[in-house]
Formats: sequence, C-alpha cells, structure tokens
Amino acid sequence: MTQYAHQPLFMTGDEFSIATFSLLDSEGELYEGANEPDLTRDHARRLYQAMLATRILDERMMAAQRQGRLSFYMQSTGEEAAVVGAAAALDDADMIMAQYREQGALMYRGFSIDEFMNQLFGNELDYGKGRQMPIHYGSRKLHYMTISSPLATQIPQATGYAYGQKLAADGHCTLTFFGEGAASEGDFHAALNMASVHQVPVIFFCRNNGYAISTPSTEQFAADGIAPRAFGYHMHVIRVDGNDALAVFEATRQARKIAVDQNQPVLIEAMSYRLAAHSSSDDPSGYRAKSEEEAWRLKDPILRMQKWLTKKGWWSDEEEASQQETLRREVLETMKRAEKRSPPPLDSLITDVYADITPELQRQYDTLKRHIRRYPEAYPRGARSLDLEVNTSTDSQGEE
Amino acid sequence: MPTMNMLQAINNALDIAMAEDEKVTCFGEDVGVFGGVFRATSHLQEKYGKARCFNTPLVEQGIIGFANGLAAQGSVPVAEIQFADYIFPAFDQIVNESAKFRYRSGDLFNVGGLTIRTPYGGGIAGGLYHSQSPEAYFTHTPGLKVVVPRNPYQAKGLLLAAIRDPDPVLFLEPKRLYRASVGDVPQEDYQLPIGEAEVVKEGTDITLVGWGAQMEVIGKAVELAEEQGIACEVIDLRTLLPWDADTVAESVLKTGRLVVSHEAPLTGGFAGEIAATIQERCFLYLESPITRVTGLDTPFPLVLEKEYLPDHLKIFEAIRESVNF
Repeated sequence: MTQYAHQPLFMTGDEFSIATFSLLDSEGELYEGANEPDLTRDHARRLYQAMLATRILDERMMAAQRQGRLSFYMQSTGEEAAVVGAAAALDDADMIMAQYREQGALMYRGFSIDEFMNQLFGNELDYGKGRQMPIHYGSRKLHYMTISSPLATQIPQATGYAYGQKLAADGHCTLTFFGEGAASEGDFHAALNMASVHQVPVIFFCRNNGYAISTPSTEQFAADGIAPRAFGYHMHVIRVDGNDALAVFEATRQARKIAVDQNQPVLIEAMSYRLAAHSSSDDPSGYRAKSEEEAWRLKDPILRMQKWLTKKGWWSDEEEASQQETLRREVLETMKRAEKRSPPPLDSLITDVYADITPELQRQYDTLKRHIRRYPEAYPRGARSLDLEVNTSTDSQGEE
Repeated sequence: MPTMNMLQAINNALDIAMAEDEKVTCFGEDVGVFGGVFRATSHLQEKYGKARCFNTPLVEQGIIGFANGLAAQGSVPVAEIQFADYIFPAFDQIVNESAKFRYRSGDLFNVGGLTIRTPYGGGIAGGLYHSQSPEAYFTHTPGLKVVVPRNPYQAKGLLLAAIRDPDPVLFLEPKRLYRASVGDVPQEDYQLPIGEAEVVKEGTDITLVGWGAQMEVIGKAVELAEEQGIACEVIDLRTLLPWDADTVAESVLKTGRLVVSHEAPLTGGFAGEIAATIQERCFLYLESPITRVTGLDTPFPLVLEKEYLPDHLKIFEAIRESVNF
C-alpha cells in the first residue's frame, strides 16, 4: 500500500540500527540474558575440534609455504568461529558454496588431512587433478562445492542451487560464504534479489573480516556494514559476533529453520577480523597497524570457545595439549606423504574440458606427447607420466 | 640512464602522466595507499592525493562503468583491473560501452581518455584464474585498442601513449616479467607509437611474431635456431588492435615463413587472425604453412603448466619444421 507524505522526507538508513548478536564474553561466560544454544557435548566438541584443527593446519601450511614447499597458501586465522560455527548449524548434507577462506567448514564436515594435503600439493590424488592453486578444495561427498577464485560468482549460484533443492523438496538448503569485499560485486546483489523474489532456501553468510586484501571495509562501503542491504531485498537478516562460535551457531541454526521451513533466504553478517595476511603473497604491514592486529588477537575465537567448553567440563587442558600435539604430527606426516606423490597424469591436461575429448584437442595432445618424448628432460612431470627416463631432479612447482 | 624493472617503468609512466595532466586519475582495487597488489601505483596517492589515486570497492563492472563515465566527462582515467582473469564482470562495460561510445553517439561523446591496465599471462604457478591471456576476446571488438609491452622501456613509452591516445586502450601487462624484466629506461617523458609493430631482430629465413611476455620465449627459441644457422626475423606486434599487418607482411614477403606464438589457446586466438591475413597478402611467397605455437585448447592448468605453455623448445621445433618443410 503506497503511503503518501506531503513534506519531503529523505532517509539514509540511519533510522535503523542492527545489533550484533552475541552469547559468550571473552572469558567464555554467557552474557546475562543470553540463552545457551541447544548443543550436545559431542556436537560442541566436534565444533571446537574443527576450529582447532583448522588453526593448526593453517599455521603449519603457512610455515611450509615460507619454506618453499608449497606455492601458495591462505589462512583463515581469526575467523574459525564464524566458519565452523555456521557449518555446525547445518545438516551435513546441506550444500556449502564457499569463497576460499572456509577450510574450517570442510574440516568440520570431515575432510581428512590427507585430502587437504593432496589438493595443496596438486598430486595424483587431488580431486581437482592438480589444476587449481592451493586451497581450492571441493568435495562432492561432503556437499562442498569446489572453490573458484573469481570473487562472488558462487553467490548467485547458491541461489540457483537452493532453488533446485526447493524444487526437489528434499528438506535441504544452501549456505554460501563470502567476504564483505566480495559483497561489492554485482553478483552479490543479483543473488539476493533473485533469492528473495523466488523464495529460495539459501543462507548468505558474509564474513565481514575488515579487509579485502589491503582495502579496509571503510573504503568498501559507506553504510553500516552488509546487513542493512537485506532490507532492500525484503530479506531476513541478522548480524552476529563472528568470534563467538555459539552465537554464530545459534544464528545459523535459526536462519536454517527460516530457509528450510519457510523457503525464505536469510542474510547473516558475521563481524570478525582477518588476523593473518590475505594470502602468502600479501604483507599487511603495508596497510595496517600491528596494534590493530594485537587488539583483535585478544578476541581470539578459539580461546573463547575453549574457555566455555572447559567450564562446562567438556574439555580439559590435557586434552587441549594432546590434541594439538596429535594434529601437528598428523599434519607433518601427511604433508610428507602428499609431497612425495606423483603429479596427476599428463592426460589430465585435456580431460574434463568437455564431457568427451574433442578430436582437435586429441590432436593437440598427441603433438604434445611427441614433443615431450623428444625433450623429456625439459618436462619432468610429463615425461614421468609417459614412463620416460628423466635424468633431472629439478621438478619444482615454480614460484609465485 | 636509470635501470628499472617493468613495474617501476609503469609506475614512472603513471607518475609522469599524473604530474603533467591533473585530469589523469588512477584507481582500482588496492590501488590507493597500498599501491596495488603488484605495487604498480606505489606512492601515487601520497603524491597526488586521494581524489586522484584511490581504492575502489571490489567490483570490476563498477570500476570500468565509473571509468567510462569519468572519461565521457573529459577526465583521463587509468583504471586497474587486478588480474586480467577478473576483467570479465566488466566485459559489458568494455565491449558494449567503451568500444562503442564514440560510434553510437556520432562522436557527440567519447571515452577516448580511458586506459585500462591489467596484468595477464602465466608462468607464475597461478592456475586457472591468475594466468589467462584474454586478448582475443578484446581484439574482436572494434573501437578498442589493445596494447601489450614486452619490457620496461616499451611499457613506459606505450603506457604514456595509451593514456594520451584519443581512443580507449586496454593495456595488458605481462605480470611474469613485472620484476623479472629489467632494462634501461629514460627518466624523461617519451612515447612509443600505438599501432606499429617493431622488428626487434632482422633475419632472412623465417619470421617470428609475438607480443608481451612471449617475446622473451621467442628470443630463446631464436638463439637455438641461429645456432643451427637459421636466420630469424623477430617482430613484436606491440599493438594487437589495430595491428600492423604491413610490417608483418613485408617481413614474410622476404622470409617466406611465419611462426606466430601466444600463450592463449589455439582456437580463436589472435594468431589465427595474423595467419589468415598474411596468407592473403603473401600467398605466392610462402615456402611453408604458417604455424601457430600456442597454449592448448583447455583452461590454464597448474601442476602441468610447463607442459601446457608454448615454450622456447616448442617454438624451436616449429621453426625447424617450417624451414625443413
């Protein structure tokens, strides 16, 4: 119903303010008036262990990158609660369409350290056949769409995927992760509008971590974050403390209910901070102060969850120490295994371009094989794949 | 004469352009205080202020749409797209807008001041989305100019020419050479011509044509060929649109043989355009089929990048086959 006013009234959005939903304080105590989510001991421990494992994997793999064992890496340090908390609130068969910094969700779903390593080293066991840069994971069995580097492309795809789930009436939804920077892309706006118009069971999960590489969120948007954009699409929205795993869990659990029960999209904005560099190619000292990082380090999401669990008697210092030790050892052992494995076979260059290899591509491949047979030393990986003798041992991945 | 790498040469060109003309602006993702992820715009914000050198939100279609409007108003925008692999959200703005602005308005309006800078190409373990060479999508677009430098000296002179050119220019920077390519670059202002190829080496037996980072690879292949007594003529196309067919044809009339090389896939690649034009103009003088040495007709791989790339050995083999045809 159109309302008329007879005096001009301009609005900016400042008329609304969106509170940040939080449950745990920094000491792991529930805030007054906060309700503890319905979370069993096992579920809470699974959530926490995935956060911890993600932190340790990230630390070790960044160190490995610095040693030159890996061409590239991206850490999710500081955002483990946002990512794992969200994944833990879903049904394990709900679809996750992530950006690239959400290894925690995959960890929660049970992607093994071996599976992580095979992708990171692009070896013959990598599901992606060594085609994508490290951290571009994917798992069909764990309902985790393979990562694509171009930003925000997964967001409208999530709307489409979830529409298919609605048609199939299988009781599942899709959750898509993206950063506050990616939310500037046109794809974000298209995705939210279509989800709202077509009443789609999709959860748009924004990790507002303060930075898009070097660009602070203050130069990314003029509004109060990403959350108010939901109003423009008439969509449910909640802002949550992204370093509070319980709050993220509860917000996502309720969002899922809205999505699945009512076929309505929901936008979640999780407020957090990218504690590490954007990637192994980035150096944040060029654009932000150490003191700012230190302030956020004090809000460590893992520590907060650990304190809560310990107070509940569901976790102990001894378990923490032995768990860390076990994980570190596992990461190192699996890394050694993964680096030693063969690269994917030469024909992985030409498969999967189409469902079937085209005659022209086959011709190009035959030419390539003849060429490698002539110069096996120059192409150690290709030569190995063709069972040719190779005298050189310089089979490095190259550098960024 | 100072020595610069390609990034320093590009930075120096931008600095000169901004100092000379206050209508010149530089913007894109992370371009401001950080100076771009490759540091091509280092210190420009410090020197010329936030109004002329700034970060944009992360939206390529927005960056180029904004740049089109700014250019139409009479400013001289130099917009950066962080990687050529990420230019596609801006495809509509470039192909339907930048390229057609002048034509559709009967020259009432134009975006001639626009320059789009973007790093392209592989060989850096970048995989599918940090390695592509998308030039052929844009060479199919009348109204655009497409320029690719091969070294720091060329980068500075061609970029200054692109910024001052009366038409919108897509300036593709070979990122593999950003720091690897170092050379003498005059400190002062100079321009190199857009639309003109350069014969970088004269020879009588065979002509090799390339652009950008591939020139270095062609150079290595030529060394191998010359060891076998094959005299190669090497041409850097420099501008792909509009391209200098005269210089290439003149060379092939002399040598009777042509090899064209680019990293992008074979089918629909720009080498096809060159081959078609040259066989029309030099048909009776050709001693062997025109050969293309390119990437495979696949997305850009990662672990098998070395196998995929059209390297010096593949070019050398093509030279030998052409000469022995």
